[in-house]
Amino acid sequence: MSRSLLDLTAAQLGAAVREGRTPAGELLTASLDRLAETHAGNDGLNAIVHQVGADDSAMQPLAMGPLAGVPVAIKDNLATRTLPTTCGSRILDGWVSPYEATAVRKLREAGAIVIGKTNMDEFAMGSSTEHSAFGPSRNPHDRRRAPGGSSGGSAAAVAAGIAPIALGSETGGSVRQPAAFCGIVGVKPTYGRVSRYGLVAFASSLDCVAPFGRTVDDAALATEIISGHDPLDATSAAHTVPAMRVGPGPLAGLVVGVPKEYFPDSLMPEVRAICDRALEALRAQGATIREVSLPHTPYAIPVYYIIAPAEASANLARFDGVRYGMRIEVDGVQAMYGATRAAGFGAEVTRRILLGTYVLSAGYYDAYYRKAQEVRALIARDFTDVFASGVHVLFTPTTPTPAFALGAISDPYEMYLSDIYTVTANLAGIPGISLPIGRVHGLPVGGQVLAPAFDEPTMFRAAYALEEALGAEAHR
Amino acid sequence: MSVTPDDVRHVATLARLSIPEGELASYVEQLNAILGHMEALQQVPSSGAAAAADAARPGMALRADAVGPMPLTRPAAEFAPELRDGFFLVPRLATHEDAGEGA
Repeated sequence: MSRSLLDLTAAQLGAAVREGRTPAGELLTASLDRLAETHAGNDGLNAIVHQVGADDSAMQPLAMGPLAGVPVAIKDNLATRTLPTTCGSRILDGWVSPYEATAVRKLREAGAIVIGKTNMDEFAMGSSTEHSAFGPSRNPHDRRRAPGGSSGGSAAAVAAGIAPIALGSETGGSVRQPAAFCGIVGVKPTYGRVSRYGLVAFASSLDCVAPFGRTVDDAALATEIISGHDPLDATSAAHTVPAMRVGPGPLAGLVVGVPKEYFPDSLMPEVRAICDRALEALRAQGATIREVSLPHTPYAIPVYYIIAPAEASANLARFDGVRYGMRIEVDGVQAMYGATRAAGFGAEVTRRILLGTYVLSAGYYDAYYRKAQEVRALIARDFTDVFASGVHVLFTPTTPTPAFALGAISDPYEMYLSDIYTVTANLAGIPGISLPIGRVHGLPVGGQVLAPAFDEPTMFRAAYALEEALGAEAHR
Repeated sequence: MSVTPDDVRHVATLARLSIPEGELASYVEQLNAILGHMEALQQVPSSGAAAAADAARPGMALRADAVGPMPLTRPAAEFAPELRDGFFLVPRLATHEDAGEGA
């Protein structure tokens, strides 16, 4: 295997294949060799849970586009034609979708080869990729630590060099948080920018298909390819897709807001120092830095953990032992539902279904769900107001800390708090990107850029400039 | 508001989840701990912001009410456990009497 081949970017690999300098088969072999090497032993990454066979034509490219011959990995909650789609859950054990997700099809139309499906927290409910029927994934930077979640398998696969691009999904930060933990780039597009057709629903008002790359340019390329209106998703936006690969350049005229609520006194000093260095780099590129306030930020986690479980409790009702996957055979239809769902869902999914059903139930709906919807609108208005005041993008840490150790967080609410800086963008429907900005004790730290809805080009403009300004500093 | 074991039994029935009695106490404790953090929302005065945001949002686009080809990657007959006259057949689940007793 040529390690240097896999160190190239997706854009470079696609060009090499298109121009006949590298055979696509050589790339696939290198990727599968790297997969085998990183998954061996007791501390293997466990990032890929369904691997493609050499003769699986359904995972092959549909055309020779910008990703010609480029290996990509797909989160296990996106429908693929022949590989199983199991959402890291026992209840979908072995289930193969009869249709293909639009985002996956678009990658294949751009020339990509799907090499496998990646591990995830069950039904995307988690922040560590520990809550999977396939067992935990591991962080390539320190295998005793979590890769983040819920798209931890995709993040680990990209960070380990198995594939230069992978797809994940975001409901509350499930791509930006693992991107930060694994030292790569993760993008949450504007809600509606990318079709959700073929993404197994968790919380439909928040869910987005979201890509990973090792560089900002690869992440922009992947975002551009999977974006666009899709009549098969009623929430897909009709907006024209702008060019997102804007490249690095000066930031003169760009106003970067720094929301004070994301830099509390309790923020880890090393993370604050790395963020200060990133802000200085943005300033050196010509940006104006301005402190701003998003006053409803402290309510984001309670709002999210009412709305997301409420929607999940309805969406996961379809897993009833009749239409998909496993069934526990007992007498009586109600008993069959209950037994199948109890056996098929793990503890975190069960907890969230109970929580979501509770906040929607008679007597509690107004106090919890309706109130959360009210405050969600105020969180969205905070962003609208700050962007209307002349701020073009916001900069924050992606997570309060670097990757935590596997098994270190057992309290559910403490785990929820690891999403504290990412859930707001999902609640407001705006785009965000996490990119590496430094390390603490050898572990990657991510910086986040947030932009107004459908203004991914400005978000990428800031991210390209920051990546170039930091250079190798972003990885040490 | 405090969640009781009966509340968990009730929502588990609504959610069609068979929770073993031995696990009830743990779920009661966890739900109370999580919902305790949600009480912070009561500090935010009601503003009508959600209704205003809903009113400003364009309605969901609807496609024409017309039957088109199903975008399946393989014919239904290939993945359906059993097909008759174009309908999926699933194993018999219960009689009407069974369903009535369990409901």
